[in-house]
Amino acid sequence: MAKPLKCDLCDESATVHLTQILNNQIHKIDLCESCAESKGITDPNGYSLADLLVKPGEESEGMTEVLDSFEECPECGYTQKEFKKTGRLGCEHCYETFGPLLSSALAGMHRGDKHKGKVPERAVERKSFEDRLSTLESDLEEAIQKEHYEEAARYRDQILELKKAKKAEETA
Amino acid sequence: MLIESIFDGKSEMTEGSAKKCPVVLMTRIRLARNLSETPFPGWAKLPQRTQVLETCLPAVASLNQMKRGITAEVEELSDLEKQILVERHLISRELSGAPEKAGVVISKDQSVSVMINEEDHLRIQVIKSGYRFKQAWNSANVVDSTLEDELDYAFSSRIGFLTACPTNVGTGMRASAMMHLPALVISNQMEKVVRAVNQLGIAVRGLFGEGSDASGSIFQISNQTTLGESEEEIIKRLSSVLKTIIDQEMNAREKILEKDPNKLFDKIGRAYGILQNSHLLSSSECMNLASLVRFGVDLEMFSEETRNTVDRMFIECQPGHIQHLAGKSIDTNERDAFRSEYLRKQFENVERPVFTMDNSEKREDSSEADSSKGEKE
Ligand SMILES: [Zn+2]
Ligand SMILES: [Zn+2]
Repeated sequence: MAKPLKCDLCDESATVHLTQILNNQIHKIDLCESCAESKGITDPNGYSLADLLVKPGEESEGMTEVLDSFEECPECGYTQKEFKKTGRLGCEHCYETFGPLLSSALAGMHRGDKHKGKVPERAVERKSFEDRLSTLESDLEEAIQKEHYEEAARYRDQILELKKAKKAEETA
Repeated sequence: MLIESIFDGKSEMTEGSAKKCPVVLMTRIRLARNLSETPFPGWAKLPQRTQVLETCLPAVASLNQMKRGITAEVEELSDLEKQILVERHLISRELSGAPEKAGVVISKDQSVSVMINEEDHLRIQVIKSGYRFKQAWNSANVVDSTLEDELDYAFSSRIGFLTACPTNVGTGMRASAMMHLPALVISNQMEKVVRAVNQLGIAVRGLFGEGSDASGSIFQISNQTTLGESEEEIIKRLSSVLKTIIDQEMNAREKILEKDPNKLFDKIGRAYGILQNSHLLSSSECMNLASLVRFGVDLEMFSEETRNTVDRMFIECQPGHIQHLAGKSIDTNERDAFRSEYLRKQFENVERPVFTMDNSEKREDSSEADSSKGEKE
């Protein structure tokens, strides 16, 4: 028998050993029972690769890049330090905060960087509504600032119409 | 009270109605979803977590699939109740340890459960006994679409469903199968299988323990990637890996029976003897005995209905369940004694295994077995 390995997260002796090969990169981690449990690794539901990827001192290249660029999310205030600690993000906008760097990391941990699965109809509808609304609202503001009142009135009517259509759709 | 309805209700895990499959005990689909414009549970402040729970709990509880189901806030559950739900795979360990304002809704048949404020705002899970990915995905998909009518999901058309952990982004789907692989374990081939399967981006984990020491020879096989493929593609890829593993297990079984049947018969015979006569049984020994008897059922050495007894054993021999069956809090030693007593009763009327591979003498199912069935149920 080889000599007992130490847990990667504390100094207890490790009893849980995991090896994963993803995109030809080997990720190894040795954990004691309690760290494994707290990381959700002994739990069939809770396990996640990020726990392995952000293992101290052995971050994959993609992750390191991400960590360097990720300062703080303007929407939720999540910080790089938090991310390093947990391997989780703070909010949906953290994905934007990551920008293009995340997509290269994602491609590394997944089988591509584009979603090809289910599309939730309502989320998409809502998104296009919000996009149109915010365009109209900024147009309206600009028109008011420039004192183009006729134009502004037109934008205002369009906004009202858009909202009315949305409401009608919701109650239908 | 909650615990009683969990115990008395039929569960997909302990008595799935479908014809049981020799190798795949159960399949599961889990979808991770989040509400838009709200931080993920791990980063949300208490009022936000509260709002998520107050929005989601009634939305989920009013689903058709959840009629006469169970709705609970985790804080209301006792430690034992939480442990039992974890042992039944109805909630995750993470949810059972969630700080506050977490909840769960479980369908009456215990095949659908939705966790709220786990790692993501919503974790939709569907369990089916046997090898039934398509049915599991279809019913998870329906639950998801119905919820989406009422809740606003965080979604990006470029990278899909946005999840707290980047490893779940995209479909947010984890598909997994619980496989019973005794012959691969006995013939020391599990490590080889794990390595080969890992290379395909599929994870293998012992369900009751890790790696090749997994007690009960039960392993969970699941997809590791969620972005870049559709749900159907992920399931198709996972299924083809599963089929290969099933073939390997079947080959290993044939080889053992060819090369050294006595070694196997000895193991199975001893397991039967221990289950009928032991007076102290740890839960891990129990899993291993259950595994051998299940192997025996596959080889038609025991009647088919023994399979149900064994599949229940995998669940009911875990510490939380034993504690509940005993009706009071007991220490490890007392648990081992109680467990063995419980199993002696369960195996009292199980007929001796038939130790022959000759077809003409294989056990005639149903006729005899049914008459001895008059146990309490
Ligand atoms: Zn540790
Ligand atoms: Zn954020």
